[in-house]
Amino acid sequence: MEWTLTHSVLALVGLPIAGFAIVGLLGRRLPRHGDWLATGIMAIVLFLSCTVFSHIFKLASPNAALRLLSPWFDPRGDGVHLPVGILVDNLSAVMIVVVSTVSFVVHLYSIGYMHGDPKYVRFFAALQLFSAAMLGLVLSDNLLTLYISWEIMGFCSYLLIGHYFEKPSAANACLKAFMTTRIGDVLMFMGILILFWQVGSLRFADIFDAVASGRLESHWRTLAGLLLFGGAVGKSAQFPLHVWLPDAMEGPTPVSALIHAATMVAAGVYLMARSYLILTPETFLVIAYIGGFTALFAATMGIVMDDIKKVLAYSTISQLGYMMLGLGVGGFIASGYTAGIYHLTTHAFFKACLFLGSGSVIHALHSQNLSEMGGLRRKLPVTFATFLIATLALTGMPPFSGFFTKDSIIAAAIEFAMEDPRHWLLPLFAIAAAFFTSFYMFRLIFLAFFGTPRNQHAYEHAHESPWVMTVPLIVLAALSVYPVGGGPGNWFWQRNPVPSTETITEHYGPPSTLASAGGAGSEMARGGLLPPEARSASSSEEHRDHNHGGAHSEQEHRAHNYAIIASLSVFILGVLLAWLTYIKGTIKAVVWAQRFNFVYRLLLNKYYIDDFYLAYVVRPFLAFCSVVARFDLLVIDGVVNASGWLTRFVSWVVGVHDRYVIDGIVNGVADTVSSAGKTLSRLQTGKIGTYLGAIGASVVFLAGIIFWMIGSLR
Amino acid sequence: MVTLYHFLFLSAILFALGIVGVVSRRNAVSVLIGVELILNAANINFVAFSRYCGQLVSLPGVPTQTSLDGQVFAIFIIILAACEAALALAIIINLFNAFGSIDIDQADSMQG
Amino acid sequence: MSYELLIFWSLAAVTTASAAVAIYAKNIVNAVFGLFVSLLCVAGVYALLQADFLAITQVVIYVGGILVLLLFGILLTNRTLEDLVLSHRRPYVVGILVGAGILCVLLSVLTTTVWNVHPLGSLEGTTGPLGVLLLQKYVIAFEFSSLTLLAALLGASYLVRRKERD
Repeated sequence: MEWTLTHSVLALVGLPIAGFAIVGLLGRRLPRHGDWLATGIMAIVLFLSCTVFSHIFKLASPNAALRLLSPWFDPRGDGVHLPVGILVDNLSAVMIVVVSTVSFVVHLYSIGYMHGDPKYVRFFAALQLFSAAMLGLVLSDNLLTLYISWEIMGFCSYLLIGHYFEKPSAANACLKAFMTTRIGDVLMFMGILILFWQVGSLRFADIFDAVASGRLESHWRTLAGLLLFGGAVGKSAQFPLHVWLPDAMEGPTPVSALIHAATMVAAGVYLMARSYLILTPETFLVIAYIGGFTALFAATMGIVMDDIKKVLAYSTISQLGYMMLGLGVGGFIASGYTAGIYHLTTHAFFKACLFLGSGSVIHALHSQNLSEMGGLRRKLPVTFATFLIATLALTGMPPFSGFFTKDSIIAAAIEFAMEDPRHWLLPLFAIAAAFFTSFYMFRLIFLAFFGTPRNQHAYEHAHESPWVMTVPLIVLAALSVYPVGGGPGNWFWQRNPVPSTETITEHYGPPSTLASAGGAGSEMARGGLLPPEARSASSSEEHRDHNHGGAHSEQEHRAHNYAIIASLSVFILGVLLAWLTYIKGTIKAVVWAQRFNFVYRLLLNKYYIDDFYLAYVVRPFLAFCSVVARFDLLVIDGVVNASGWLTRFVSWVVGVHDRYVIDGIVNGVADTVSSAGKTLSRLQTGKIGTYLGAIGASVVFLAGIIFWMIGSLR
Repeated sequence: MVTLYHFLFLSAILFALGIVGVVSRRNAVSVLIGVELILNAANINFVAFSRYCGQLVSLPGVPTQTSLDGQVFAIFIIILAACEAALALAIIINLFNAFGSIDIDQADSMQG
Repeated sequence: MSYELLIFWSLAAVTTASAAVAIYAKNIVNAVFGLFVSLLCVAGVYALLQADFLAITQVVIYVGGILVLLLFGILLTNRTLEDLVLSHRRPYVVGILVGAGILCVLLSVLTTTVWNVHPLGSLEGTTGPLGVLLLQKYVIAFEFSSLTLLAALLGASYLVRRKERD
């Protein structure tokens, strides 16, 4: 059997699942508990995803796609099938490369970081399963398998956050993460159900076809879109469901790097990008505002955190807000969509690098608190260098990768505000968040790597990490130096334009007819080489795209310039402020904290949102649960116990009946027979006298009868 | 005049007495006594009938006609009574050897 | 009252009385002697019925043989001297009932049957004719009865043989 591209794509999901099964079941018996096996599998997956990527890339078309379709099951038995399929287009190809790169790197890193951990095997098995689920998510062509992968990822996140489940804080954190994302998942599922109800199928091709043909009306689209975004809010930790991500830092650092920085939290962004055609302008505005607000909101909390991982967690939330902002604005400004997705890929690399670097620091000092760090750049040079590169990428210094992507988002926001001045808040959110980002990241660097060590004992024992940990750092830092897809206008931008209704069939495949959805087919869509600027100005009611030809219209150019100016200025401002505070000491942080004590405490307590949720959401719900439990105990169990008691009672009655009546009859018959026998046997006295008497009496009797008979004859 | 009925009554009484003796005595020999009484009563009957109701026949070598069948029967009964008494006594002796007494109620190992 | 009747009544009385003694006597030897008297009287009855040979035969065989046999039986089957010849009586109710019953039956039959009575004259000596009858008319029964006697003899002697102790 020839190894086709389809097999590669299937192996992308199949190999990690096999790895999960092997490591999970046989892990203890494998040499070194199967860690190199898992890493090797991820290396193969990385290689295969690169081959798939290059194949798609060579087609040089925004609508290039590899599709595979197979019928699966028919829930209602009326011909409405739920087929399962694979869709590999430019977006998916990029995602699989990003996911497999970060996953492979994290596997390698974990060999060093998790060395000696008693639950080593479970860790690697869960990492494998997670990778399989994430790859399955981005490769699925219908909402059903997407949702299945979504849930599996949530489950793996639960397992991995709760890796140190002996600690009550970790046990609580994994449950909190699962429950919070569950709320989002329920909303998402409602959205999926609405789509299935209205469209009759869950394949993207069918849904988008319904959108294009107008079968799916706009109020349903808005509702479904908002509900799907609800799922993204949960998974990507946007306000108000962001509360789980900082607590998820209880998990080991590689988990934070893979799941809570690069991939799982990006799944929400991916979902929004995938279902772009469903969304209406109202939905886009909602996405943009929530994203922008979250970006600023999370950044403000990052400036006061003491735990290095918490700072990075808030940074992640903030950057995800940026991505959502980009996607939301992209409903009106075409470049916003591409910028959002691009930021996802660059963020994956540098945020993973930052997390792994912090892990290296934690590994060296055995502490996560900034108050115990200082001057580590001399002791951990490689970590410092990679950390610095990644920070520069995050805060947006040119020519590092983050600059281009963040800048594009800010530019799109500014352009949108220029078009529609009502939405001036969005670029303000973006720029302010950039300022705070710069400040807290450099605060982190200065506190951790510069200055005098605050914990001399830990400092003495600090050492650079082994090669299995530093090589991933170097790889990720290298990927953060310059964006992989190039600057604006390069191949990434050309291959990932805003999806349009005109190219649905070309891109997503023909819609399946409801009666005959079936037949496995694999097709490579060789959509012709569309000119990169052919973004359709559809006559539909959505004014999705105001670019009339040309990637550099006048307005766009101006917005771009404003964006560069704004982002660079806030970058410099942030660095300056951090330097003054933490290196020069001109601005005393403690003094300012005192002066704005209220603000400081507000930020430190995360705006008291967690307490609010605890009091007004969790407690009432737990009270309700206890009521239900009491009901179950009293009523349900009461009914069950009563029926059990009744059964025992009936059987007791039957038993008594059997014992006394039935057995009485049986024994009675036997007793009667035996007593009759005993009585009759007393005739056999054995005494000759008795027998003689009997003979005599019989003789008399017989004689009498005979003579009487003879007499009567006479 | 002594009629047939006299002898028949006598034999009936003897017969009844004999039966009473058989039924109600515990000693085996006493039972045997009763049996002898019964046999004798029957003998009386035979002889009485032969005397009063016999048909006269001519026997060769006998000058006058006689009717003696009943007496012949009586002879045979006597013979058989002798046999039976001998055997009965043999059994009684065996009984005595087995049970240590000739009380017929003692020989109840066939009880039940 | 003729002499015949008188003789008959006295013989009948003695017979009955001694038969009663034979069956009621507590002492078994008394019972045997009662039987002895009864048998003698029966012989007398035979004589009254002009069966002379039978009367003598009765005395010789019954009294002289069987009674002696009974006595020997009593002698051989008593354990102790105290227990000698004592016979216990059982409740007589059953016996009396049975006896009364059979008496009633017999008497009712006897009285209701019409007997073909034709009285005979006096007979000569019966010995000769009996001998003729035995060897002519009843010869087979005679021979068989002698065989029976032989068998009884053998049987009785076999029954009381000394058994080997094993």
